[in-house]
Amino acid sequence: MVRFVIDGRSVEAEKGWTVLETARHYGIEIPTLCYMEGLTPYSSCRLCIVEIIRGGRSRLSASCSYPVQEGIEVRTNSEKVRRARKVIIELLLASCPNSRTLQCLASKYGVTKIRFRPEDRGCILCGLCVRMCKEQMQAGAIGFANRGTQREVAMPFHSRSEECRECGACLYVCPVCELPCPGPLRPGQLCNSCLDTVQIEAFPSKD
Amino acid sequence: MVRIETPAALEELRKNLADERRRYERVLILCGGTGCRAQGCNAVYEETRKVFEELGIQDRVALRYTGCHGFCEMGPIMIVKPQDIFYTRVKVGEVRDLITKTLLDGEIVREKLYVDPRSGDACLTMSEVPFYKKQVRLLLGMNESVDPKNIDDYIAIGGYSALSKALFRMEPEQIIEEVRRAGLRGRGGAGFPTAEKWAATRRARSRDGIKYVLCNADEGDPGAYMDRSLLEGNPQLVLEGMIIGAYAIGACEGYVYVRHEYPLAVENLYTAIEQAREMGFLGKDIMGSGFDFDVHVSIGGGAFVCGESTALMASIEGRLGEPRVKHIHTAERGLYDRPTNLNNVETWANVPVIINMGAEEYAKLGTERSKGTKIFSLVGKIRNTGLVEVPMGISLREIIFDIGGGMPNGKRFKAVQTGGPSGGCIPEQLLDTPVDFDSLYDVGSMMGSGGMIVMDEGTCMVDIARFFVDFLCGESCGKCVPCREGLKQMLYILDDITGGQGSPEQLEILQELAEVMRDTSLCGLGQTAANPVLSTLRYFGEEYREHILERKCRAGVCKALVSYSIDQDKCTGCMRCKKACPVGAISGEKKKPHHVIGEKCEKCGICLEVCEFQAVVRK
Repeated sequence: MVRFVIDGRSVEAEKGWTVLETARHYGIEIPTLCYMEGLTPYSSCRLCIVEIIRGGRSRLSASCSYPVQEGIEVRTNSEKVRRARKVIIELLLASCPNSRTLQCLASKYGVTKIRFRPEDRGCILCGLCVRMCKEQMQAGAIGFANRGTQREVAMPFHSRSEECRECGACLYVCPVCELPCPGPLRPGQLCNSCLDTVQIEAFPSKD
Repeated sequence: MVRIETPAALEELRKNLADERRRYERVLILCGGTGCRAQGCNAVYEETRKVFEELGIQDRVALRYTGCHGFCEMGPIMIVKPQDIFYTRVKVGEVRDLITKTLLDGEIVREKLYVDPRSGDACLTMSEVPFYKKQVRLLLGMNESVDPKNIDDYIAIGGYSALSKALFRMEPEQIIEEVRRAGLRGRGGAGFPTAEKWAATRRARSRDGIKYVLCNADEGDPGAYMDRSLLEGNPQLVLEGMIIGAYAIGACEGYVYVRHEYPLAVENLYTAIEQAREMGFLGKDIMGSGFDFDVHVSIGGGAFVCGESTALMASIEGRLGEPRVKHIHTAERGLYDRPTNLNNVETWANVPVIINMGAEEYAKLGTERSKGTKIFSLVGKIRNTGLVEVPMGISLREIIFDIGGGMPNGKRFKAVQTGGPSGGCIPEQLLDTPVDFDSLYDVGSMMGSGGMIVMDEGTCMVDIARFFVDFLCGESCGKCVPCREGLKQMLYILDDITGGQGSPEQLEILQELAEVMRDTSLCGLGQTAANPVLSTLRYFGEEYREHILERKCRAGVCKALVSYSIDQDKCTGCMRCKKACPVGAISGEKKKPHHVIGEKCEKCGICLEVCEFQAVVRK
């Protein structure tokens, strides 16, 4: 067993677990978008970042792929984590303004303003669909095309591939292709209607 | 070509080759680097060959077509040995005259020598040229002696003697120890101690015994081309470094990952590998030592991010070139999940030099924590554009003013950008910063792979930050949110500021966004992507504020913030600006003051340049 500390609590984890798995095992909440049990961690959304203190040095790391290590200290909700997480949610919302999942995350983590230029692209490129298609459905019909700000999920050469069995697993795992959030009307607006009901400080903060 | 089976055979071959070369009275060396090729040296070479044949001197004078000599500004370059006469900017039409006068009549063609603009003196030899005086050309210096397509040249100057020493007189651990004592740090940018990396890969266990060494030749920083010139000019040196490294690590296979945009480097590399194989420096039982190792070439598809170690390995494997998290180091699980050691071209090239020189001698060069030399490509608003190899610890001022010759056209220095898109802009007050890994990091920039872009007062720092962010928007892999979305939003903000639409709050957003990108991005590209913005905010914050609050661009670069007009009192009506304006935005009759037609003006600034009466005003 590997012993370490999460948010001031001593925890034990099996060797080979990730920090995220251990936190969830103990009921400590860490938000995720591109993570799903049964799929290879991809660490692209960066929402699950936590502060990891090792050898006296603190740095932010994605908990979904960070393997547990003896003696580390993990802070899932420190000031540093909260601040970075808010900016990431803000960035995601600018690229998918009407996603219900993202709007709810915004409310939960106290994002009350989007300071960035919204541009609705209907996809946050979390890659869940790509991994689902390849790893679980064994099809590999979709993948990423292009790079940088031009990156997109696509079939090869943008034409329908025979590999696709239209199973719909990609739709099933997508965190943003859903009924739009009923709250906001224009891109860039925030719903925040659940802001009063969610206690952001519900988790112990250790700074 | 004979296969070399023992160290003695190599030494004998070297002696024979050296003797053979001594038979020539003189050597005429032509630089054939990409820089000189762009200036027409291929034609110069063909002409030289023709003239040699016509004059029948090919048996007395050797003609060598080599890699880059570094002084690209003055190319094509011709050197005549043994006097070391240094001719610059040689044109095809001048070749015959140069050859007959210099080689037959023993005269020196003074007009083709380099003239030091400061003293006005002509420099007869290479060593007299101020550009070369402060350089220590450990690696690049070999380029003049080697035709990259001929392994004999490399052997004649002692090539593969380091390999022979390593294979037959050193244990693998000893080699690593030698590199450790030499203090070699990775030349790719981050400056990680090379010996530590090698030792970790040597220690790592591989499930089937296979380990890899890789050479990163995916140089992509804007303005940087030192790796290209090494690979083009002296590919055997890089290969020898890799073979020594592979022996030290226990690797059996290697890859050179090189950009497809470097056709000459790829061509010379293939030739070099083939020749090294024929001579038994690659393949089975290298030099009869029992050690097996071979090198393959993998050609990149043009993605900047593939210079990142894990993306590079993914690309070699044929997967999408995007980085992965590195909680397990590539020294343990890299290419095809085997222990892998990746070093940059220049790092590999340093290895044979260290083995030959000995660690003590090598470590005398440089500073306490950065040893040896570093090659920089000096570009931008600088008089002597080219590649310079300097000992670590030399100051930026010495590189820019003593070697680089300062700014052309009498303009004032403003900043120097080091480290490419991951680096930062260093202002004038920090010009005495020593150039080493740690000092550059401390001033908010980094060594990087060696790009050095010099900027004068005509450069807008906000525009420069915008340029690098724009570059990275297209070159980020797009995998993680802070890098992909952060860069895009950063570009929007910088577009606003340079477009005259900026607001003071945007500066705070920029700062916060930059910090979050640094802390949360997945790979080195994203973590350092904000550096150009952070460093310009730190040293040139005033310019940002001017853009936002006063709607003013002091360099006159941001078109939305400048306007041109003509001073009616000074204008003599000479019509020069009117004729020069490409869009017909200047009206007026001869000998009467002219006017700028605001709505037509493209703000190109040509009128300002051509006016002889300082009548054109830019605000």
